[in-house]
Amino acid sequence: MSTDISAGASAIVIGAGIVGAACALELADAGFAVTVVDAGPVGGGATAAGMGHVVVMDDSPAQLALTRYSQQLWTQLQTVLPPQAEIMRCGTIWVAADAEEMAEVERKRHRYLEEQIPCDVLDAGRLYQLEPNLRPGLAGGLLIQQDSVVYPPTIAAWMLDRVTEKGGTVRTHTQVDRVEPHCVILSNGDRLAGDVIVNAAGAVAPRLTPGLHIKQRKGHLIITDRYPNFVRHQLVELGYLKSAHQSDGDSVAFNVQPRPSGQLLIGSSRQYDESRAVDHVIVAKMVARAIEYMPAIAELSATRVWTGFRAATPDKLPLIGPSPANDGLWLAAGHEGLGITTSLATARLLVDQIMGRTSAIPVAPYLPSRAASEAMHV
Amino acid sequence: MSEQVQIRVNGVAMTVPGGITIAAALLNAEVNGFRRSVSGEMRGPLCGMGVCYECRATVNGRAHRKTCQIVVRDGLEVTTDEL
Repeated sequence: MSTDISAGASAIVIGAGIVGAACALELADAGFAVTVVDAGPVGGGATAAGMGHVVVMDDSPAQLALTRYSQQLWTQLQTVLPPQAEIMRCGTIWVAADAEEMAEVERKRHRYLEEQIPCDVLDAGRLYQLEPNLRPGLAGGLLIQQDSVVYPPTIAAWMLDRVTEKGGTVRTHTQVDRVEPHCVILSNGDRLAGDVIVNAAGAVAPRLTPGLHIKQRKGHLIITDRYPNFVRHQLVELGYLKSAHQSDGDSVAFNVQPRPSGQLLIGSSRQYDESRAVDHVIVAKMVARAIEYMPAIAELSATRVWTGFRAATPDKLPLIGPSPANDGLWLAAGHEGLGITTSLATARLLVDQIMGRTSAIPVAPYLPSRAASEAMHV
Repeated sequence: MSEQVQIRVNGVAMTVPGGITIAAALLNAEVNGFRRSVSGEMRGPLCGMGVCYECRATVNGRAHRKTCQIVVRDGLEVTTDEL
């Protein structure tokens, strides 16, 4: 499906998170007159709540393709981003607790090398050399050098500044009431007409496009005081895929990230819970899991805990493409815990479809229509 | 009159009255800069009651300890002007 785009075509993007901002910039680059609308500030939702880990993940071949492609786009973008983007090329270490997980390290390494993603298997000795605060007795790990850490809200703001420079408009603190064919109706009654409308509203996307299979999946993060070099890489337990990505139930996983300030972000939790309130029971489990892997974390001082909502889909892949139900409406939502990583590829794949261009990777796994047909079998 | 105790501040031995806080001991010794802010400014105690976090220093190797909440003991090591 493609839209006949004439000069001066207009696009309305709902959502000024990093996905919406990336889509807006890609549309502006393609020649659209772009208006971005968000109920809150720029990057105020999951974009601000998450870790900002740009990571290649291999939960499924489609996820690997999307994260891999997006990481290549990040590598290009990082050369022009300002210092406020806080880019840290620290890499990820997937930590293997035992021999069984080391066998998974080997399988993971094989999958990554097939995609030409450089990675190193670490034996226990090398692991402790790189990360001396990990507990003794771990088996090793897998180092992915190209993964990085960024500060997403400032990047969303930078993207939207570029959109504005290209003649676009950004309307924050502007509530959308509903979406009609080629038209967005604001809560104040204003109507914004657009040849193309993009719902990039993340976890609240289903409010504007009923029937989307996106659920709010709550997460908690802790930030500590500054302890430079306490950790040097983003550290994630290899069991993350088993423990944190299971579809149902509450879960926690060891996931620690160094920030350029010397602070540590400590995660992670996953819950289907509508409340924004901090759940101290799961925070305690999260901290206990972190201390299990890194006992010295118990001695650190945490300064803040907060929650955010991931936009979770049943198959853990985002919805990128035309809405099956509404003419002129396109979807870029449902990015779960990978929205920072996959924002750039999402924008590229979406605008490829809008413009009728061929994409660098197959778009079929992310088309919203696949979720609709899948739901019929549930 | 409380007993005197010996602490070390930035490697220098210092005899101070027992029963006072590290923050008090440092201020008595005219150490005003306890730590550096993110932007590199010197910071020192403000509230004196554990709320403002401005008096943090490294105590016995542990960073970011609130010195206004720790009473001096013999052999305590304090390092200021770090984080």
